[in-house]
Amino acid sequence: MLKLKHLVVSTCVGTLLAVCSTQLVAEETVTVLHNQQDQFIRDTWDEIRVDFEAQNPNITVQLDFMDDDAMKARLPTLLQSNAKPDLYWSFGGGNYRVRAEAGLLADITDKADRLRANIGSGAMSAFEVNGRLYGAPYRLAQVGFWYNKSLFEQAGVNADTIETWDDFLDAVSTLKEAGITPIAAGGAERWPLHFYWTYLAMRIGGQDLFQSILADEASFDNEHYVRAGEELRRLAELDPFQPGYRGMAYNEAAGVFGNGQAAIHLMGEWDIGVQTSESESGEGVSGDNLGYFNFPMVDGGMGDPSATLGGVDGWAFTSGNGSDAAVRWLEFFLAPEQQRKLAAAGIIIPVANGAAEAVEDPHMKQIAENIANSSWHQVFWDQALGADVGGVINDVSAELFAGEISPEEAVDRVQQAWDFR
Amino acid sequence: MKSVDIALEAQRTSRLSAVKDWLYRHNTGGRLSTLLLFIPPALMVFTLLVILPIAESGVYSFYRWNGFTALSDSGRWVGWRNFQFILQDPVFHQAVWNTAKIVLISLLIQLPLAMMLALSIASKGSLNTLFRLVYFLPFILADVVAGLIWRFIYDGNFGLVAAFTQLFGMESFYPLADRDWAFNAILVVVVWKYFGYHMMIYIAGLQSVPNDLVEAARLDGASRLQIIFRIKLPLIMPAIRLSIFFSVIGALQFFEMAMPLVTSGGPSGSAHTIVTYLYEFGIVRSRIGFGSAVAVLLFVMCAIFAFIYQRFVMARNTA
Repeated sequence: MLKLKHLVVSTCVGTLLAVCSTQLVAEETVTVLHNQQDQFIRDTWDEIRVDFEAQNPNITVQLDFMDDDAMKARLPTLLQSNAKPDLYWSFGGGNYRVRAEAGLLADITDKADRLRANIGSGAMSAFEVNGRLYGAPYRLAQVGFWYNKSLFEQAGVNADTIETWDDFLDAVSTLKEAGITPIAAGGAERWPLHFYWTYLAMRIGGQDLFQSILADEASFDNEHYVRAGEELRRLAELDPFQPGYRGMAYNEAAGVFGNGQAAIHLMGEWDIGVQTSESESGEGVSGDNLGYFNFPMVDGGMGDPSATLGGVDGWAFTSGNGSDAAVRWLEFFLAPEQQRKLAAAGIIIPVANGAAEAVEDPHMKQIAENIANSSWHQVFWDQALGADVGGVINDVSAELFAGEISPEEAVDRVQQAWDFR
Repeated sequence: MKSVDIALEAQRTSRLSAVKDWLYRHNTGGRLSTLLLFIPPALMVFTLLVILPIAESGVYSFYRWNGFTALSDSGRWVGWRNFQFILQDPVFHQAVWNTAKIVLISLLIQLPLAMMLALSIASKGSLNTLFRLVYFLPFILADVVAGLIWRFIYDGNFGLVAAFTQLFGMESFYPLADRDWAFNAILVVVVWKYFGYHMMIYIAGLQSVPNDLVEAARLDGASRLQIIFRIKLPLIMPAIRLSIFFSVIGALQFFEMAMPLVTSGGPSGSAHTIVTYLYEFGIVRSRIGFGSAVAVLLFVMCAIFAFIYQRFVMARNTA
């Protein structure tokens, strides 16, 4: 009995003390939810967190990890619960827009002066919805052709001479004739295939057409996007992919490329790491052997060949959580100094002004320049147009490659989904 | 007190005593108290967790809604459009046909196979026990695990399929990447996974067949086949009807095993079942209204089947 009394008293005192101390120091905790699997990147983030906490002793930052798939599945409910984080990792695009419009995100437009001063306006605009800001970008990504230099050499193909789509198709045929599987593709997941159709549509149709489609002034069902399907069919008829590509997921295809079993892989710069870790040797296509070239222009296309397809990924504030402390953390995390540090470590292509110079990896450097010189950096269509229309675009791209639908049917189905969005 | 009031008061008292009377008469052996005490919790759980979601799905199915905010904020009434779209969608037709294929394969291959095995190992004996265990093993595996295992088996580069094609010097074959083969490959897994379960149902039935009947038939000169078809099968008809019921309902709900085998419905959605179709186009693509419409159609199919089967087939059990 005495023991119990003792316990009760000590607990009461303890709680009282705890309550007092938090009120005195007014400690604030900023919770951040992310899906970053790479331990090296997480460690680097953690160093930044320690620096921040040293400078802001009354703010604690908590970086919480959740697996990518789990996060996608849980976010819709999490965002409506009290357990939501202050900030979460976002790919921007349609999902971000829908959530902002639904009031699930915090409007930080009035607190964003320092963020705006540090970050390029092009990247920033990816996190604006109707002129209001609900988050900020963290890194850029571009999709392009990764290739295996020794396989190209073996087949006698020079990547530097590939300027048009026709050149590219010639290169694929030459590789094929040399007995090399030209391209690796993760057809089972479909989105790796949609890069082909959407890049072709960008090259052929151009930016103005895409913008007027978004504004409902034009239709996906237009001659340019039909031609994109026709050009895609020309590639498909060469039978360019590894056998059984329709049953392989993205990471399996990255492994095929990393093993040197295929010469080309159309993918974002994250593929440098993935093709390495998925290869049998664990080394992938490494160092000087790995090459990169941009998606070529298409003869007669209206699109600017400098336009890039890729991502602008960043962080979003959940509703009710755009506190000063959270904004201050993001300002610190996205400041040129930290961005330079991350860029130098080969982790990101930075969005902060002046940080791009710090990129050292030659491929990352080239991509950073591509995006900087791009007249139109378009976010992946399957993200930009939302899960629903994006899903249909992925479907029709896969079916076009399989020859199961015509280019006309493809645009028709995308427009149908767009009308009924 | 006025006389009217008195009259009213009397009426009230008499009504009250009538209720008391009724309660007293009907509460034989405390039965009514028991009902009043025990039914509400069950009824509430059933209403909250079964009836309400079904009704909500019914409502959602008429909306275009992404599920992020309340239906009243972001939902848009679209009438029958979800249903129109589903019924015209060739991928949905394929999904229904695939589901029907599971039923057919169950009835034509899986259940006869299970019956054959059950007949041969139903009698007691240590060897039979061993075989029963072996045949039952696939059913013990989780559906997702079974799907993953078979994904490796079907791998055209490293799997069992690859071993076969290499052995016979054929060209590599990728069943799960082939539009015509992906779902047939799943059907093989279905038979492999569930025949043991149906076999167990039959064995339980066969063991309850009185031995004296079989012996009497044998003394009368009945052949083995005659004993099976004239005595054993008729006597375990209830078990057979039950296993058919499980097969069909299982086919209508088939989902977990297909997910690891074929990503989002396989090549061109050729390997969708009704439930994977619902998941892919309803949940993954944030179209809660559309998914609900699929669910409503599925519910109607299940309900019609269950009703007809209970009414016309299972009812014979008692006859």
